[in-house]
Amino acid sequence: MSTVTIPRPSKPWGVNFKQAIPDVVAAFATLLITYAIVAYTPLKGKLAFVIVLFLVAVIASAAISGIRRDRKAALNSISTVMIYVAGMFVIFPLGSILYEIIRRGIGGLSLGMFSTDMAVTASDAPLSEGGLIHAVVGTFYIVIIASLISVPIGILTALYLTEIKGKAAGTIRFFVQAMSGIPSIVAGLFIYAVWMIALGNQYSAAAGAMALAILMIPTVARTSEEVLKLIPSDLREAGLAMGGTQWRTVAMIVIPAAQSGLITAVILGVARVAGETAPLLLTMGGADALNLNPFAGNSSAIPFYVWKNFLLGTETAIDRAWSGVLVLMIIVLFFFSLTRFLSGRKGRF
Amino acid sequence: MSQANPVHSLANVAAAHSASKGDHHIAGTGIEAKNIHAWFGDKHVIDDVSIDFFPGTVTALIGPSGCGKSTFIRILNRMHEFIPTAAMAGEVLLEGKDIYQSGTDVTKIRLGIGMVFQKPNPFPSMTIKENVLSGLKLAQLKVSNQSELLESCLVRAGLWNEVKDRLNEYGGALSGGQQQRLCIARSLAVSPQVLLMDEPCSALDPGSTLRIEETIRELSASMTIIIVTHNMQQAARVSDRTGFFLSDGGPGRLIECSSTSEIFSNPKDKRTEDYVTGRFG
Repeated sequence: MSTVTIPRPSKPWGVNFKQAIPDVVAAFATLLITYAIVAYTPLKGKLAFVIVLFLVAVIASAAISGIRRDRKAALNSISTVMIYVAGMFVIFPLGSILYEIIRRGIGGLSLGMFSTDMAVTASDAPLSEGGLIHAVVGTFYIVIIASLISVPIGILTALYLTEIKGKAAGTIRFFVQAMSGIPSIVAGLFIYAVWMIALGNQYSAAAGAMALAILMIPTVARTSEEVLKLIPSDLREAGLAMGGTQWRTVAMIVIPAAQSGLITAVILGVARVAGETAPLLLTMGGADALNLNPFAGNSSAIPFYVWKNFLLGTETAIDRAWSGVLVLMIIVLFFFSLTRFLSGRKGRF
Repeated sequence: MSQANPVHSLANVAAAHSASKGDHHIAGTGIEAKNIHAWFGDKHVIDDVSIDFFPGTVTALIGPSGCGKSTFIRILNRMHEFIPTAAMAGEVLLEGKDIYQSGTDVTKIRLGIGMVFQKPNPFPSMTIKENVLSGLKLAQLKVSNQSELLESCLVRAGLWNEVKDRLNEYGGALSGGQQQRLCIARSLAVSPQVLLMDEPCSALDPGSTLRIEETIRELSASMTIIIVTHNMQQAARVSDRTGFFLSDGGPGRLIECSSTSEIFSNPKDKRTEDYVTGRFG
């Protein structure tokens, strides 16, 4: 009877502790050299430190790989460092914005602010008084109404462009692209001029939502189009070959297959408009009191609330503005997580 | 000559196969293509092809790539027209009626003429069960006993034993060969009279290929099957009749079409013989 020894599972492609030592040493050396350069030369300040660190890191990593292997390895490590730095350039501002919002907004955050509005609270009243329920409700209204308008229109436009491929497709694609370049204030002005002045309607959350829908439609349409284009034509043909009409094939096969991408399109659309302020200034009128009717009367939204409080300029008002920003961020995060959760349960592609 | 003749070995396979089949019961509806031409833009790709596909037979279409076989079978269930530059001439008769006659209900035609594609393409958002029954929903058909239909389709496609405990898993989780049999089961659910198969085994391993060939043999008792294949052995094993397509740089033509044993043992045309013996192509 022979005993079979099973080898221990290992990851020979990984970096083991011994091999990592020179890299760790090199990283410390890089930091030390950078520190020395900044300390003993006229270069001063944080910015200089970052730039010198970058240059030293590039040179050091290229030199190490060059000595260890060859020129190709040196070039490879230079581009690796560049890519890491580019990544940090993207993440750093995002991280610092998040940090700043949380740091300055957390102080004004309390449960009470979600149950009261600013109707009877003075701008310099302590943070324990007043709240932003009116703005939260307004933001929910406009995001939901704008989505109800623009998601069907946007997705149907994308279906026209990818499935029907009608004669007008080129023209429509051009206009959708042009529309995505509209400055948000122009969308606001358009609704103000047409809906309010020409048609004589008053300020309302719905008017604000209409302005946002104008901004949201091109985002939803273009993203949906890209997603639908990725669905293999094999699937459409299989549906048609089984006696499905075009509409049933699209509804039963194409859209479910593209589901998670379409959800992303909606999320990007909401992200585009949730923080918009300019069009709301013209269409919602602003309010300090809670207005539960989305179709009539001045109402507020969180970006509006933030803008107004910064403008007031008192110390507590500015604190309120920061917590408004934080609340907006939390609400947007909540929206995204909810849609991701709902879409993640079924359908995969 | 001591050298084994490839013509004879393939011919033996074909002959043995027709013998075993004997005079089988003829069922289903035939389909007849008359003087078919096809164009993509200005390019003439099929030149005057006429084939009568008899009820209850398997017809293999062979020939080198680019000779119009796939285009030809896509004409048979009106899938050709989805390519924007496509044009055609000729008639395709199903139950004596031209399917290109104006006023024909195209979805009904496609319901009667199923299709299995080269690449397995189960619907990704549907489970195995939903995939099989998808044709009913697509064509808005009512069936009294869905679970019976589900089982019989999967049994006929030779997949039932492998998936009966996982009908609610997604189709994409199956292996390539299983996915292709799922696609066959899917097309069976709407009980087509004719089944078109466009190189159904080209992406599959020999085991799955064999499994699908068995399925084709079993299905041919109840329907007319047309299969495009690049695999000569497969044509010899599975078909009753074989059509050989060839393009000499211009449009594809049907060189000859007759019983499979004839094509492999006693072809009329020199080019057919050269192709089936592997001298070119």
